[in-house]
Amino acid sequence: MKKNEKKSFRDMISRLEEITELLESNKIELEDSIQLYEEGIAISTDCITSLKEAELKITELKNKLADISQEESAK
Amino acid sequence: MDNLKIITVSQLTFEIKRLLEENFQNVSLIGEISNFKPHVSGHWYFSLKDAEAQISCTMWKGVNSAVFFTPQDGMKIVVTGKVTVYPPRGNYQLDVRSMKPAGIGELQLNFELLKERLKKEGLFDAERKRPIPNLPMKIGIATAIDGAAFRDMVSVAGRRFPLVELVVIPTSVQGVGAAESIVDSIKALNKVPEIELIIIGRGGGSIEDLWAFNEEIVARAVYNSRIPVISAVGHEVDFTISDFVADVRAATPTAAMELATVDMWELIKNINSTIGYLGESLTKRLKDERNRIKYFIQSYASRVPESLINTNRQRLDHTTYRLTTGLENRLEKTKSNLLLRIKALENHDLSKTLKKGFVIVRQNGKAVYRAKKLEWGNPFSMRFFDNQIEINYYEKE
Repeated sequence: MKKNEKKSFRDMISRLEEITELLESNKIELEDSIQLYEEGIAISTDCITSLKEAELKITELKNKLADISQEESAK
Repeated sequence: MDNLKIITVSQLTFEIKRLLEENFQNVSLIGEISNFKPHVSGHWYFSLKDAEAQISCTMWKGVNSAVFFTPQDGMKIVVTGKVTVYPPRGNYQLDVRSMKPAGIGELQLNFELLKERLKKEGLFDAERKRPIPNLPMKIGIATAIDGAAFRDMVSVAGRRFPLVELVVIPTSVQGVGAAESIVDSIKALNKVPEIELIIIGRGGGSIEDLWAFNEEIVARAVYNSRIPVISAVGHEVDFTISDFVADVRAATPTAAMELATVDMWELIKNINSTIGYLGESLTKRLKDERNRIKYFIQSYASRVPESLINTNRQRLDHTTYRLTTGLENRLEKTKSNLLLRIKALENHDLSKTLKKGFVIVRQNGKAVYRAKKLEWGNPFSMRFFDNQIEINYYEKE
């Protein structure tokens, strides 16, 4: 998983919450609500995929403050 | 009196020095600490006293670093050392080689004294405690990298929320220099971008093993951390000063990671039920729309000539039917499509297949399942287990 993918995971979750609120509010056109619903489904599929495909990333900071040597290992 | 031999101050002093230093080269002494002063040079100066007497003590820098606790006034300790005399001042003192608490109870007392002091200062205030973030994507950890605590945390994170990144600083958590090491790690983790939460801790051990987490410098580092801190030291029954200062205390390192992460299966369940809920509310919306149209037709009908109504009613009904069923069909289709996709995901662990050497070819954002579907001349990507390769230019043979 790349870093920006991870970030967007949280964005995806908040978008899903936003969609839920929008659809609840009943203030949008019917056609738009169908579109939102489809977007919601697409996002949730993406969320579930990235969760299931994720591999834990471990970064070891060896030399305290400055020297950030990265060591990745999959667990 | 007259025939008494007259000697100099120096002569007497050096005679006393010789007597004392020869006779008290190795003394073990029990007493209570008073006037403890750690000098900036690293040396310790203090007195040891009981009800009747006291003696000045020094403990040099290189020697006192082996003491696992920070002494406090009022604490009863046992020290071993030698008596030395300092002629320029004409005083004697104990040069301390080793120091230990007179008993476990003394450590407890030390703990209570520090706890009381820091509490008064406001380090444990409930208003100061920050909530731990909802869905942290990057967690800093200060613990021994080869310890059970770290292994436990890694396995919990991998099982519950593998999207998270763990940033660990190998930290000495017991023995000489442990408190300083913990402080350094907390400070360093505070400088790493995007870290949203810090866990400090270690597995179970004796009260001496856990002592670093009872040190004032550790308490202050936790207090000054910009990022919320979970303290997880030892077992359920062990309480340390850092537990009181931390934003959250976890009973064990395992519990700390469970507090820090959400369970992905729980999350997936929530996502699925959200989608189900969205489908339901959309169905309800369609029903409402249909009722509104019906109502409109009815109220409209009461105001226009009947002939006109009859001509148009059928058409309207038909249109309404087409509109609503059309949307409902689409909704149902999308819904079942999702269920299929989720099902496919569950049955199919993509990464395992890729690991075996299979490759996924994608073009225009879609997987290409058949060679004949590949659009020659257009870029495509190949996803291997470990990486993805983009192919932009190639020629068909």
